[in-house]
Amino acid sequence: MSKMLRKGIALAALGLALLGGRAMAASEPEEPKAPGSGWNFQGPFGKFDPAQLQRGYKVYREVCSSCHAMDLMYFRNLGQKGGPFYDPKYKNPNDNPYVKSLAKDLQVKDIDNDTGDVIQRPATPADKFPAPFPNEPAARASNGGALPPDLSVISKAREGGPSYIYSLVGLGFEPAPAGLTVPAGKYYNPYYAGDVSANWHGKGPAPKGGFISMPPPLAPNKVTFDDKTPSTVQNQARDVAAFLAWAAEPKQEERKEFGLGAMIYLFIFSVLLYFSYKRVWRNVSH
Amino acid sequence: MSGHSTYEPKTGLERWLDSRLPIIRFAKDTAIDFPTPKNLNYWWTFGGILALMLGIQIVTGIVLAMHYVPHVDYAFNSVERIRRDVNYGWLIQFMHANGASMFFLAVYVHIFRNLYYGSYKAPREVLWILGCIIYLLMIITAFMGYVLPWGQMSFHGAVVITNLIGAIPVVGPSVTTWLWGGFAVDDPTLNRFFSLHYLMPFVIAGVVILHIWALHVPGNNNPKGVDVKSAEDTVPFHPYYTVKDGFAISVFLLMYAAFVFYMPDALGDAINYVKANPLVTPQHIVPEWYLLPFYAILRAVPNKLMGVIAMGLAIGTLFVLPWLDTSKVRSMRYRPTARLWLGIFFIACLILGWCGANPPDEPVIGHAPSGLIFLDADINSFVWLSRIASLYYFAYFWLITPLLGLFETPLPVPEGISEPVLSHPAAAPAGSVAAPEKRG
Repeated sequence: MSKMLRKGIALAALGLALLGGRAMAASEPEEPKAPGSGWNFQGPFGKFDPAQLQRGYKVYREVCSSCHAMDLMYFRNLGQKGGPFYDPKYKNPNDNPYVKSLAKDLQVKDIDNDTGDVIQRPATPADKFPAPFPNEPAARASNGGALPPDLSVISKAREGGPSYIYSLVGLGFEPAPAGLTVPAGKYYNPYYAGDVSANWHGKGPAPKGGFISMPPPLAPNKVTFDDKTPSTVQNQARDVAAFLAWAAEPKQEERKEFGLGAMIYLFIFSVLLYFSYKRVWRNVSH
Repeated sequence: MSGHSTYEPKTGLERWLDSRLPIIRFAKDTAIDFPTPKNLNYWWTFGGILALMLGIQIVTGIVLAMHYVPHVDYAFNSVERIRRDVNYGWLIQFMHANGASMFFLAVYVHIFRNLYYGSYKAPREVLWILGCIIYLLMIITAFMGYVLPWGQMSFHGAVVITNLIGAIPVVGPSVTTWLWGGFAVDDPTLNRFFSLHYLMPFVIAGVVILHIWALHVPGNNNPKGVDVKSAEDTVPFHPYYTVKDGFAISVFLLMYAAFVFYMPDALGDAINYVKANPLVTPQHIVPEWYLLPFYAILRAVPNKLMGVIAMGLAIGTLFVLPWLDTSKVRSMRYRPTARLWLGIFFIACLILGWCGANPPDEPVIGHAPSGLIFLDADINSFVWLSRIASLYYFAYFWLITPLLGLFETPLPVPEGISEPVLSHPAAAPAGSVAAPEKRG
């Protein structure tokens, strides 16, 4: 279920059509598309595919993480229940050897306890994902003035969620239509919010979308998938979008499982209360 | 109507306590034996639902406050940490965030039930005014609570709303600075909003006690809007209404749970998952759904100060409603004309909400403005739609309600609650007796 659809259902449930009917502006971006196979983690019974999350993590680690931080993520999250590398043998994700080795591949900053010097040491599962830049000005300086957003909750922070991410990086980096002058250091992307009308010299209305500062991040075979999944741009985009959807709320599977029990409990409770009501009131004419 | 107490202390300890602090007597008289009209329908269950929602908000809120950090640098991440690392933090946080919406949904049903059945009329004016105070306190509490996660909409919503105070002549800017604790919405503002957000629910709980007290003096209104005549018209609150309210509460919780577990972000704005940044203003700043109608009234008026006054009047009008209504008939079951006007009022409120959610200059019909500018705005824009709906909002209370009572012809009103039942004796089940609670 797409985020827009869920929003629609939510409002219908409230009997309010408050957010509908927002008229389309000329430069509204293209509606995000889900991959052909859809998202298996959406809906009340949706679950993440651990293999997909593992591939998605690899795309993040080898491609996205060179510019984008994930400040809210710890390596231990990768090994927790519902995470990409969860192993029931290791209830405490800090003990998970796979997670340990993934963490060890990266260096994090620390303070030497004996000398007080700033040192680099291999990460442990208890460490945060290291940030690619020490601060915002450094990030901007390396990216032509643009700030690569933190990806921890990006899937919740954009309308369309995973479909938006998939569309933006998997489908959107197409050659600009003839008649559109793309500013230096920018890239045209129909799924990116913006206004390109000032740079449009072609016939008819200006194309949808905007100019993004991020160069096309993905390329065929840029990431080697260990499970022989073809490493196409769209597969990479699909898997990293799934990974980011998981990272935005690592406990969402727990939420849905808990919810099922709560709904069944409340339903039975309601039925019992209804018949209690009927019984208590059976001799009252009202 | 509370009648005299039927409580008889049974043990020595109860007798001892009863002559010093008759708290058991009080509880029995108000929560167990309290005579309640027997014809209340499901619209009357929302009072109980609201009491439960207040309780849920307070309990989840107290737990959240144990983990939340009211600081501009940490607030956003601390809310995320609650969801990620606190045991069942996701459950508590989503219950609290969605609970606010459910609370307002229930209060709107409760208010419209009041309007339909004329519950605000004599002798329940004070009960109604206390309800209006609770609603006003709820708005203030919800607004401050929405600021705490310190997302983009939190921050810029706080800027827009606190700036409204600046519209007050002469003292406005100084009052705004005083409220902010500085010269912009910043750390001191976040801290005091957190402090007040924690305080307000207890103030609400206090007014709720007064509200229930004021309810227990005249007793409940009922769908027929006629006074209770005899004990035959009532049943004791327990078990009759505890079980009926219990059933309604359980069904309400089922809907609430559907939001919490399956669409926890559906009622929020995606942009509030972006950390507050004073330098980047979101394209459309909108409040949460339950405040959209007032936002539309605010924006309907071209002058900022007048807009603030109109918004204040929209809520203030509710307080004087008992004296604007000239009709002696309480329930709209017997007022077909009034029912129609109330229906239009309900639609006007939905339209105002729709207007509040949309950019004011956007065309309502089609994709193009009409080109006809009147009072600073295009005729085909949400500004004008909200002006029309706002006009109806005020006309309903200040013009239609007083005139209706003078000119409409109500249908015949039954003598008492039991009357139609008595006129159709066949409908009463065999064995129905005066005091059914005494039977198995």
